[in-house]
Formats: sequence, structure tokens, C-alpha cells
Amino acid sequence: MRIAITHTTTYRSTGASRAIQALRLTPPAGPSQAVLSWQVRTQGAGAPLRYTDAFGNAVELVASQGPVTDVEIVAEGVVETTETAGVVGHTGEAMAPAVCLRQTRLTEPDDAIRTFAESCRRHGILASLHAILDGLHEQVAYDTTATTSETTAAAAFAARRGVCQDHAHIFIAAARTLGIPARYVTGYMLTDGGESVAHHAWAEALAPDLGWIGFDPANGQCPTDRYIRLAIGLDAIEAAPVRGMRLGGASEQMEVVVSVAQQGQSQSQSQKQQ
Amino acid sequence: MLKKQAYSTGNATVCFDEMLNEDHTPRAPYRTLFDWLLRQTPSGIRAKQAEADAIFRRLGITFAVYGSAESNERLIPFDLIPRVIAAAEWRFLERGIEQRVRALNAFLHDIYHRQEIVRAGRIPSDLVNGNDAFLPQMMGFDPPRGVYSHIIGTDIVRTSEDGFFVLEDNLRTPSGVSYMLENRETMMHLFPEMFAAHRVAPVERYPELLRQTLQSVAPAGCDGDPTVAVLTPGIYNSAYFEHAFLADQMGVELVQGADLEVADGALWMRTIRGRARVDVLYRRIDDAFIDPLNFRPDSMLGVPGLFDLYRAGRVTLANAPGTGIADDKAVYAYVPDIVEFYTGEKPILKNVATFRCSNPEERAHVLTHLEELVVKEVHGSGGYGMLIGPRSTRQQRIDFAARIRANPSNYIAQPTLALSTCPAFAAGGVGPRHVDLRPFVLVGDRVRVVPGGLTRVALKRGSLVVNSSQGGGTKDTWVLED
Repeated sequence: MRIAITHTTTYRSTGASRAIQALRLTPPAGPSQAVLSWQVRTQGAGAPLRYTDAFGNAVELVASQGPVTDVEIVAEGVVETTETAGVVGHTGEAMAPAVCLRQTRLTEPDDAIRTFAESCRRHGILASLHAILDGLHEQVAYDTTATTSETTAAAAFAARRGVCQDHAHIFIAAARTLGIPARYVTGYMLTDGGESVAHHAWAEALAPDLGWIGFDPANGQCPTDRYIRLAIGLDAIEAAPVRGMRLGGASEQMEVVVSVAQQGQSQSQSQKQQ
Repeated sequence: MLKKQAYSTGNATVCFDEMLNEDHTPRAPYRTLFDWLLRQTPSGIRAKQAEADAIFRRLGITFAVYGSAESNERLIPFDLIPRVIAAAEWRFLERGIEQRVRALNAFLHDIYHRQEIVRAGRIPSDLVNGNDAFLPQMMGFDPPRGVYSHIIGTDIVRTSEDGFFVLEDNLRTPSGVSYMLENRETMMHLFPEMFAAHRVAPVERYPELLRQTLQSVAPAGCDGDPTVAVLTPGIYNSAYFEHAFLADQMGVELVQGADLEVADGALWMRTIRGRARVDVLYRRIDDAFIDPLNFRPDSMLGVPGLFDLYRAGRVTLANAPGTGIADDKAVYAYVPDIVEFYTGEKPILKNVATFRCSNPEERAHVLTHLEELVVKEVHGSGGYGMLIGPRSTRQQRIDFAARIRANPSNYIAQPTLALSTCPAFAAGGVGPRHVDLRPFVLVGDRVRVVPGGLTRVALKRGSLVVNSSQGGGTKDTWVLED
């Protein structure tokens, strides 16, 4: 499936003397996707510094010298996706899979998550992962008002509600508890409207032989050819498409607009968040 | 001043004295010093001691002691009697240290790349990959010349004529080198005649060698003479004096995070002469604090984007982030295997036997032998959070046992070593006091072990704790030349 994406992030700040952003806004090529065209443009900042991080993400570091007013970051392009039933395979980045057993501040499990993880233990890793996927989809409701970007897996699981980030964090916490390497994925999803959003996040876990496999507990399914992988990390902070800091300034507003559309068709969705 | 009969440790432990043989004749490297000591008078020594204290106070060499509200800064006691190491002894230590730092740098490169040592089953995966001191963000990165730890302070203790043990490897941001340099300068000022009577290897070139080492690991794209700067957390850090001292001695800028910025694909410092690019940053700030964009967001000590710049190969950080995994106290037990794995040689320097409390059998042994063992926190330093079994009370052992049971993987235990003694001035004359040794190693285009180091001395009679935070002092360390 050929999917066109435009992802615009705008920072509006008053009086910041400096700002810096690390962008993970370039989708990687792999068995589930080929990148036909892609570019990241930044207005209001200096030339980007590019490098590849430990997870294989293409990173661009952009810095603005003050006074910083508006910074607009636009990532856009076209990606050809292939249905692989969620299988991403061995992706070849430097990160050792065993590192993906490390819990982070956001994924650190509590007793409730450990108990849940144990209840999902099956004969075979794939079966266990599917039990976690189904269990979370059933038990944790989708609710955009219950959590924030700082909510931990344990807190979201206790509340039994959250957004895709929370579902992914709980999934990762549970998989790692069972000794299965797992990581966080940010990306895009082509939807037909409804509750799901264009700017999405899910988890990947490592199964022997197959390699990395995607699991989307917010939607209770493995990623299809309607999913586009953007960046990976141990948790949402590490895989964040845009991570920024500013020095000084009274206030800052960030606006994100994502549009995802199947090419050749008029259907598209966009999502706005502030 | 030196009364042979009075020269005793005052405890039952028989330990190796570096000055006197059992028959009270001096060991070869100490012969001249021994004769000198016999000629000294108490009043003459007191005068010299007062002069030395005045020098240190003038230099402002103080040390902040954590947890002591009253005097936050004080002089580290300086003992006038030098420690003497024979040329042959030093050659042995030098070979052993070089072997060890080469192996540990190879280990760091390996675990941040293919992890062959884990694949080979020589070290448990979780001990590396699950360790707090392991930095996942370093995976796959190649630092210039493949060097991770450029500045190392290897802690060595001695128990016999040939018994040298490495106690800690210190590959993060070891401190103390300023004391090595100042102690030597003070001794040369106070006792020029003793330097005339000995051939002492110089340590004065350390700052120059440090600058050469740092410049030799500049990023590949750096043309011309690489610019070095020293990054300090600021005046409240216990080692601030050393940061300022080293920057001054190297002739480079001393900067804080607020003086630096990442822009246009480079690191810049603001100086009184304007903006200047930095190629190599000798950072004396812990990993977690170097970059709030990538690590602890609440830290104001570092520079946002510094780690991105580092990974992009635009600046060199010395030491590299993530080196702490190689001096982790739980990894320590594997260092002999690490040396063999990467060098194919037997380790020259010995490790102290180490029990890991995370292992149930070893924990059981530790809990039933607390009276004999030294128990340390895996991530502790400076002699805090430690139990010295033979010197402990029953209540202390009960408390420590509870802490071990509550969090076993946080503790390791080692046999109490009979640390060697050296002569030190004390109230009643000259007495033997326990010492350790921290030589300083520089790794860049080559490995340089500066002949000497920081000798720490437990000035309390019979004490085995040499840490300055626990009442230890320092003394000059003389490596004799043939």
C-alpha cells in the first residue's frame, strides 16, 4: 500500500534565547516498508546535524539561536508498505536484543503488571505475546483524558485506561517481565476515522527465528500494511519523534498536525494536538 | 625520631611493612630514607609539617566532606614521609596496569558492539545489559582510536613483597591526581636534599601528557591543533580545586555547562576572547548529568545536545559515557576473565577474591562470615556504606545483614586484606600506617602510566580505611629510577 504522510510540528515560544531539538522523523526501510521519498525541513533553526543512534534511528539535531520565535518542522514523504503480519525481522541495528530486557522509569513493572505478565505465560514466546496483546486490549480502555506523556506503565495499568503510549508501555513491561526483549515504536497509522489516531505508537517484541514482531495493544492486533514505523527506543521518551529543550522564554506551545493518506485515493485523516 | 621498638602497628594482624624487614633492617629502596629518618628531630619535623600545611592552605587544596555539616572544607592531612617504590617493583606494576587498562578498554568496545564476551559465555548477559552502569545509547558507536576510558586511576594494595592486588579500576572520572602533583612540589620545596640523595622519577609532566592524550583523541574531522576544555560541575563539587588546577596546568579553559552550547554541528564555549570551538571535552561530570536533552532532564550541569554531538563524531568526551560498566563492583569479579579474553595472557595483577551477594551460595557464605569480610555497596564510593567485619560491632553486623538480605545484588564482599604499611609521622614519633596506591594512567595514542601516584594513608593507628572522607591522608610516592 502506498501511503503519503505529512507530519508538521510547530513550536511557538516567546523570548527563548536558545532552543534545540533532536528529531527522529525519518522512517527506516525494512521488510514491512520501503521509503519512496522522504524529507525533513526545519524553518527557524540552523542546518541539521545528522547521525544514526544506537537503535538505528536517523537523528537530526537542530538548534536555533535566540531570540527564538517559531520553529516549524515538517517531515513528509511517501512509503510503500507490505503486509507481513507484523513481522519486522532482524533489523540490523547496533542495539543488542538483550538490552531490550531493561526496564526504564516509564516501563518499570509493579506487582500488578508482574502478576498480569505471569498470567499470560504460555508454552512458546509467540503465544505468550499474543496473550499479553489480547489481555491488554480487553483490560485497558482507550481514554485520551486519563493519562499524560509522563504516566508510567504501572500507573496506567492500575487505572486500566490510557492511550497508545500507555498500552505500549504496559505491553513492553509485561514482555520484559517474561524475559522477552521488547521495545517501543512510534509511527503512523492509516485509519478509517473513529477512535484511532494517525500518529501512533505500539510495541515490538523479539521472537526466536522470526525476529522483531509488532504488537499494537491499543487496537488489539499486530501491525498491518496500514502501519508505518518511524522510530524505536526502550520507551516513549527514547523513541520520541521530536525531543526538545529551550533556554529562557516565558511560554511555549507545541502543535502537531499529522496527515496520513493512501496515495491515489482521496481519503485522509489528520490529527491535531496541542 | 624513629625508635625501632616503637615502630609497630599495634594490632595483631601481621602485615607487610614496606620500609623494614622482619629483622628491622631497611628494605633496599628505603635504605637512604631510613638513615635520614634516624637523623631527624621531633622539633625539626614539626617545623617542616607546619611549613607543608601553610603551603597547602595557600594553594587552597581542600576537600569537601559530605555529610559533615560543620567543616565543609578542610585540608587533607599530608604526611611528610614519602613512600618509596623500587624501579623493578614499578616496572611490574606498570606492565600489570597497562595490561588491565588495555583489556578493559577492549571490553568496553566489545560490549558496546558485538558483545563477543557475552556470546562466548564468559560473562552473564544480564550483568552487562541489565547493569545500571551500562549505557544503551553507546551501542554501535566508535570513539576516536577506539578508546573509551582515557584517564584511569587504578587502586592497588600490597600485602607482601610480591603481593599486589587491584582493588578498584576507576574508569569513570577518577580524582586525586592534583594531590600527586602538589605533594611532589611541596616535597621538593621542603626537602631538596632528599631529592639529591634519591633518583626519583618525575611526575611533573602529567598535565602535559594529559593534554597530549586528550588532543590525540580529537574527532577525525578536526583539523589543526585540537582545542581541549575541562568541564566542571562548579565550585560546590568536592574536586573543583582539581578541575581548576588541571585546566590551569594544561593551559586550557575551565568551563561549566552554561558556558557551552551546541550549535551549527559543533560545541562552542564562550570565553573572554569570544566564542571558540571545543574539540575534546575532559568532563568531570557524571554520565547522567552531561546532557539534559538525552539523560536527566532536570540537570542544569550539562549541555543539551552534547551526547548527540558526541555520537555524530563532532566532539570527543573524555572519559566516554558508559565507562562505568567496566569498573562496576559486580563486574570486577570478572576482570581476570576479561584480561584473558582480550589479551590471551594471564593477568599480571591479581584481583581480590569477591563474593557477589546476588548469588545465593555466595550470599550465604557472606552472611555467616561477616566478621572476617569487607562488605561494599556495588555503586558506593569513597568508603561510605561499607562494613569492615573485623572492626565492626555486633549491632553493625546485624544491621548490615538485614540490608544485604533486603537488596542482595547491591552488595559484594571481600576478605579483609592486610594492607602493607609505610612509615608516617604520628604523635608518638614515626609509626607504620596502612596505605594504598592510585597510579594514574592515560590512554590515547598510547598508554602512559605516570611513575608515581597518589598514596593514601590511614593515619589512625591500625585503621584500614584510607579514604580522605574517613580521616585518611596522603603522602608523596617516589618511584626510584635504576
